[in-house]
Amino acid sequence: MSALPMLLLAIPLVGSGALFIARGPAGERAARRLAVIASGATLAIAVLMAAGFDYGTAARTQFELNAAWAPSVGLRFHLGVDGISLPLVVLTGLLSFLCALYSVKIVPAAGRVRAMLALLLLLEVGMLGSFVALDLVLFFVFFETVLVPMYFLIADWGDPETRRAAAYKFILYTLLGSAIMLLGLLIIYVQTGTLDMVALAAAGGDGISHGAQVLAFLALLIGFGVKAPMWPLHTWLPDAHTAAPTIGSVLLAGVLLKMGTYGLVRIAVPMVPEGAHEFAPLLGALAVVGILYGSLICLVQRDLKRLIAYSSVGHMGFVLLGIATLTPVGVNGALFANIGHGLITGLLFFLAGAIKDRHHSADMTVLGGGLYQRTPRLGALLAFAAVASLGLPGLAGFWGELLALFGSFDPAGELSRSLFLVLMVLAGLGTLLTAAYLLVMLRRVAMGVSPPRWRDPVLLGDVSAIEWASWTPLVVLIVAAGLWPRLLLDVTDPAVQALFGVFG
Amino acid sequence: MRSVVQSIDYAAIAPAVIVALTAFVVLVADLFLPPARKHLLGWLAGLGVAAALVSLLPLWDSPRRTFCLPAPNAELCSYEVTNLTLILQLLVLGGAFVVVLMSVPTIDERRLPAGEYWFLLLCSVTGAVTIAAGRDLITLVVALELVSLPAFALVAIDRSDRWASEGAMKFFLTSVVSVAVTLYGISLIYGVTGSVHLAGVSEALTDASLQPTVVSLGVVLTLVGFAFKVAAVPFHGWLPDTYVAAPIPVAAYLSVVSKAAGFAGLLLIVGLGFAPYVNIWGPVLAVFAALTMTVANLVALRQRHAVRLLAWSSIAHSGYAMVPLAAAFAPGSAELAIGDALLVTVTYLLVYGVMNLGAFAVVAVVARDRPANRLVDYRGLIRTRPWAGVALAFFLACLAGLPPGLIGLFAKVVVFGSAVDGGVGWLAVVMAINTVIALYYYLVWAAQIFAPAPAPEVAAPAAVPAGATVDAPAAASAIAGTQPAHTDTAGGASLDRESVADAGSVVDRGPVRAAGAVPVGLGLAVGLTLLAGVILSVLPQIVLQVLVNVTAGG
Repeated sequence: MSALPMLLLAIPLVGSGALFIARGPAGERAARRLAVIASGATLAIAVLMAAGFDYGTAARTQFELNAAWAPSVGLRFHLGVDGISLPLVVLTGLLSFLCALYSVKIVPAAGRVRAMLALLLLLEVGMLGSFVALDLVLFFVFFETVLVPMYFLIADWGDPETRRAAAYKFILYTLLGSAIMLLGLLIIYVQTGTLDMVALAAAGGDGISHGAQVLAFLALLIGFGVKAPMWPLHTWLPDAHTAAPTIGSVLLAGVLLKMGTYGLVRIAVPMVPEGAHEFAPLLGALAVVGILYGSLICLVQRDLKRLIAYSSVGHMGFVLLGIATLTPVGVNGALFANIGHGLITGLLFFLAGAIKDRHHSADMTVLGGGLYQRTPRLGALLAFAAVASLGLPGLAGFWGELLALFGSFDPAGELSRSLFLVLMVLAGLGTLLTAAYLLVMLRRVAMGVSPPRWRDPVLLGDVSAIEWASWTPLVVLIVAAGLWPRLLLDVTDPAVQALFGVFG
Repeated sequence: MRSVVQSIDYAAIAPAVIVALTAFVVLVADLFLPPARKHLLGWLAGLGVAAALVSLLPLWDSPRRTFCLPAPNAELCSYEVTNLTLILQLLVLGGAFVVVLMSVPTIDERRLPAGEYWFLLLCSVTGAVTIAAGRDLITLVVALELVSLPAFALVAIDRSDRWASEGAMKFFLTSVVSVAVTLYGISLIYGVTGSVHLAGVSEALTDASLQPTVVSLGVVLTLVGFAFKVAAVPFHGWLPDTYVAAPIPVAAYLSVVSKAAGFAGLLLIVGLGFAPYVNIWGPVLAVFAALTMTVANLVALRQRHAVRLLAWSSIAHSGYAMVPLAAAFAPGSAELAIGDALLVTVTYLLVYGVMNLGAFAVVAVVARDRPANRLVDYRGLIRTRPWAGVALAFFLACLAGLPPGLIGLFAKVVVFGSAVDGGVGWLAVVMAINTVIALYYYLVWAAQIFAPAPAPEVAAPAAVPAGATVDAPAAASAIAGTQPAHTDTAGGASLDRESVADAGSVVDRGPVRAAGAVPVGLGLAVGLTLLAGVILSVLPQIVLQVLVNVTAGG
C-alpha cells in the first residue's frame, strides 16, 4: 500500500479547493504562487515515483493503493502505476506545472486568474486520476472529472467570439463518447463480475463471450475515439483547441488526447482482445484517414492554432495506427508517440499562444511572416517545434512514427498483412504531407521580411524569462527523447510485452 | 367463535399513524392559536415527521404484517413492512421533512392558511407512507388517492395567485381520469384472478389457463394511474404547469415525495403482483422509459424558467428510474431478478430525492429575491449568494451525473449497469444520449451561476408595495424596465418580450428585492440536502448498500 498516488491526487485537489475558497485582493499574486507550489509539489511526487519505480519489473503495478469504496457495486479505490502509465503521469505533472509557471506572468485578458488556476488544478486531478486508476468505474469518474473544468476554461477564458460554441461542442461531444464508453465498461463488468483493471487485463478476455467482446470493444472504441481523436469523431477538436486559452490548449492537446489512447491500450486491447482483433483493421484504416485528412486540411489553414489542432489529429492517427497493429512494436511506438506528441504539441501551443498574445491574431495572413526578423528567439523555437513535429530523426517525434510504421509493416498474426502494408505506405505519405504543411507554415510565419505594421519593437518583445522557464524543460526533453529513445522505451516495453504475453 | 376483526400490529403502522395524528393535531391547534403564533404549527408538523422517522428504526430487519385476512388466507395481508418498505418510507419521510423546512418561510411570506396547509401536506404524506406498505390493490389505490387529493388543494392554496387554480385543475382532471382507468384495470384483474392482494394475484397469474388478453389489458390499464403519478410520457402533460403554478415547496414535494409514492406503487404492483406477466409490462415500461426521458430532455432544452426546467428535468429522471424495471424483462436477464431491479430503482430515487429537493430549495431561496425565477435571474449567484450558488452548482452536477456530483454519477452508473445486465442495450444507448442532451440545459443554468455580473441592477421602484398583486405584464415590464440590457441577450427589448411572452410561466409573485437574509427554514433545507449530497458523494456505500443489504421479497 503506497500513499504516493493518493498524494498525487490530493495535493492538486486541496490546492484547487484553497484557490476556490480564497477571497480578497491580496489573493491574486498569492494565488499564482500557490498554484505553482501545488503543481510543483505534484510534479515532485511524480518524479519521486519515477525515481522509486522498479524498472526491472516495469510490467508489475507499483505504488499500489487498494481500498474499498462502494463494495456493493464492486467499486474500489484502486490506484497504481506501471510502465505504461508512469511516463504519462510525469508528462501530466510536468505540463501542469509549466502551465502554472507560465500563468505567474502571462494570463488571458479575461482576468480572474484565481478561478482559472483553481480549474487548472482540478483538471490536473482528473488527468492524473485517469492515469493511475486501476478500477473501471474509478477510471470513468476521473475521465469525467476533466470535462467540467475544461468547459469553463474554454467558455470563460477563451477567444471571445468562438468560445461559447466551442466549449459546448467539446463537453457535449466528449460526454457522449464517455457515456458510450461507460456502456462498454459495464458490458465487461456484467460479463466478468469484476471492475479490477489488473485482474481483467490478466484474464485477457476469459469469461467474456465473443459477441460481448466485440460489442464492448466497439463501445470503447467510440468512447476513446472521440477523445483520441479518431477520424471521424474528431470534429470537436479544432474548435476547442482554437478557442481555448493558451494553457487550456496545451493541456487539451498535451494530456487530454492521451487519455483516449491510454484507455485503448490499458482497457480496450487487453480486456477484450477478440474485439480488438475484429476492429483492428477498421481502427488502422480510420487512423490513416485521420493522418491524411489532418495533413491535407493543415495545408489550407490560415489560423496557426487551428493548424496545430489539425496536426494533432494527424499525429494521434499515428498513435492509433500503432495500437491497431496489435504488436509490441506498434504499441510501444504508440506510447512513445503519445509522450512525444504531448511534449511537442504542448510546446507548439505555448508558442502559438505567445505569438497570438504579441500580435493579437493567430491568422497567418495577418502575421505576414518575418518572425525570425522581429523576434528571432521565438522564431527559432517555433522552427524547432515544427521540425520536431514533422518527425525529424534526433527529436522526439521521429521514434513514435517510425515504430508505428514498423508495427504496421508486420502486424499481429491474424490481421491482414496486405491491408496494413497499404496503411503503412499511406501513413508514410502522411509524414511527407506533415513535413509539407509544417514547412509551409514556417515559411509563411517565420521567414521573409517582417511587414511594416510590426515595426514597433516595444510591443513585440522576444522570449521573456518566464517563457524561457516554461519552455526550456520541453525543449530539453524533446531532444533527450529523440536522442535516447531508450529513456522511454525501457519503461514501456516490459509492460507492453506483458500485455501481449497474455495473448499468447 | 372465530374473530372477524383483523388484528392490528400498531408498531408496523406507527409511521403512518403518527403522521396522520399530527395532521389532526395541527388542524385542531390551528383553531386555537392566534395568528402571531401560527409558526408553532410548523414546529408541530416537523416534530411529527421526525417522530415518524424515528418510529421506522425499530422496524428494521423485523418484517411484519398486519391487516391480514382470517385463516386460511392468513398470508394475504394488506399492510406489510419489510426492509424495502422502510427504505421507501425513509425516502418519503425524509423528503417530507425537508419540504416542511422549506414551507415554513413560504407560508409566512405568502400568507397561506397555515393550519390547512400543514393538514393537507401531512395527509398527503400519510398516503405516501402507506403506499409503500400496501400489499393489495385497493389499499394501493386508496393510498394513491390520499397522496393526490390533498396535493390538488395544496397546488391551489395560494388564493391570491391566478395561475394556481389553473394548474390545480389540470392536475386534478388528469389525475381523476387516470385513476378511473386504473380502477378499471384492477377490476379486470380481480375478475380474472379473484384476488386483490398482490400475493394472491401473483399466484393466480401463474396459472396459464387465464385469458392472456384480458389479463394483459388489465395489467396495462392498472399501470396507467401510476404512470400518470410518476409523469411518464404520455401522461406527463399536467406536470410542468402544476409545478409552476404551485408554491415552490409544494412543487418540491410533488417532484420528490409524490413521485416516490407513485414509484412505490408501481414497483409493488409490477414487482410483486404482476411478476409472472413480466413479458407484458417489461416492454411497456421500456417504451415508457425511452419516450419519457427523450421527450422531457428535448423539451427542457427550450426552457428559460427555473421551476419549469426542473419540472421537465424531473420527468426525465422518472424515465431514468424506470429503466431498471424495464430491464427486468429481457430474456437474457437470468441473473437480474425482478427484485434486484426494484432495488436499483429505489436507490436511484433516494439519490434523486436528495439532489432534486436541494435544487428546489435553492430555487426557493432565489425566488425570494427574483420572483420571476428565470434562468437569467441566477446570473452571478456565486457572488450574490455564494453558498446557494455552490449548492445549486453541486446539485446540477449531481442531476447531470458529472463530477463533483459523484453520487448522481454513481446512481446513473448503477442504472446503466442494470440496463446492460438486463439485455436492454438499446435503452442504455438511449439513456446515454439523453444524459448528453440533459447536460446541455444543466450547463446553461450552471454557466449563469458563474457568469460575471452584468451592470448593477436597480431594485423595483418603491411605488410598488411589497406583496401587492400586480398584473403579470405590468410586473414583467417593471422588472425588465429596471434592468439594463444584458450584453448576452439581443438588447433589453428581447428581455421584455420574453418576460411578457412567458406570462404563462412567469407568474407574478411580487417585486424584485435586494439579496437579504435567508430564512432559517430554507437555509436548513439547503444545508441538509447539500450535506447529504456531499457525504453520499464521498461515501456512496451508504446508499448503494441498499442494492445488496435489502431483500425485495414481498
